[in-house]
Amino acid sequence: MDVSRAQVPLGRVHVIVERCKQCNFCIDYCPTSVLEYSPDTNAKGYHFPVVSQGKETACVNCRFCDLICPELAIYTTEVEAEQTA
Amino acid sequence: MTTHEHIRETTANIHPIDKLLRADRLPHILCAGCGIGTVIHGYAHAIAASGIEEDRHVCVSGIGCSGRAAGYVNVDSYHATHGRALPFALGIAVHRPELVVTVISGDGDLTAIGGNHLIHAARRNANINVICINNFNYGMTGGQVGPTTPVGAKGTTAPTGSAEAPFNLPYLAKATGAVFVARWTILHVRELQDAILRSMQKPGFCFTEVLAPCPTSFGSANQLGPGVHEVEIYRQRCVVDNGNPRLEGLDIDLIDENKPITVGNFVDVERAAFGEQGR
Repeated sequence: MDVSRAQVPLGRVHVIVERCKQCNFCIDYCPTSVLEYSPDTNAKGYHFPVVSQGKETACVNCRFCDLICPELAIYTTEVEAEQTA
Repeated sequence: MTTHEHIRETTANIHPIDKLLRADRLPHILCAGCGIGTVIHGYAHAIAASGIEEDRHVCVSGIGCSGRAAGYVNVDSYHATHGRALPFALGIAVHRPELVVTVISGDGDLTAIGGNHLIHAARRNANINVICINNFNYGMTGGQVGPTTPVGAKGTTAPTGSAEAPFNLPYLAKATGAVFVARWTILHVRELQDAILRSMQKPGFCFTEVLAPCPTSFGSANQLGPGVHEVEIYRQRCVVDNGNPRLEGLDIDLIDENKPITVGNFVDVERAAFGEQGR
């Protein structure tokens, strides 16, 4: 395998703020520890996930936060190569 | 400034899978840390991956927290009476064999009051996919001990711990005739989706048990903490053993830290489905 040609995808996190119930699944099980709680809360008083300082390029679009979220409150998309070049 | 410094989270209003859900009813009523939402989410993804048009999918559920599932999926869905999701699904599957009938219900509904229907639907090998969400207790009614509560685990009707041996659901499903038997947890999101997808594609009675945290009832009675702590127990103790033929040893003990929780796709065999026998 030619490691130099391997490309790690770059993901963008999308949060549907009002659905979050602060269950912690996405924050605890993100393989690259991208997420942390927002200091702000949604209308029901829950702290929703946001990208941590310094982790802006750590999401690899593995979609684990999306798939484990019981509230369908988070998903990721891949940032297109031309946007990040 | 690095090139990617602008990549923060963005705020969205809809989720890409929302078209398969009744998004106007979200956020759902289930507690924070409950795993049922993850199973509904996985079912929606399996529908999308199945390639079978949405009009051919039917979701049936019984009573209980898991019974809310039928109300949140945007396919034809039925909320049956307590324990009777399977006979209702059997009627649909027999009368409209072109439909893909999935029963999403809880351990109390499917294995306690609906236990007789479960074993006979499996015996007949009816073309039904069962997703049994096992949270080890009757969550909606206040955390009473049920037929899946592990020995020693507490509930409101067993404050010093359950003294009854629980059902081992994969063993029960295999013994009564299911052609596909799996057990996963809500942490095994991709494996769970694959198991649901396999059930949709396979004729006959397919049974998938999904272990899900219930922080409000089971978790608080057993000092397990928030839902994410029960999920952490799954992460630490689950052992994947696909194809394991010895299901009789797969009891779950959440209290004994040394006992592994075995998950996997255990059974995948062929047997004439209901309506095909004797032809």
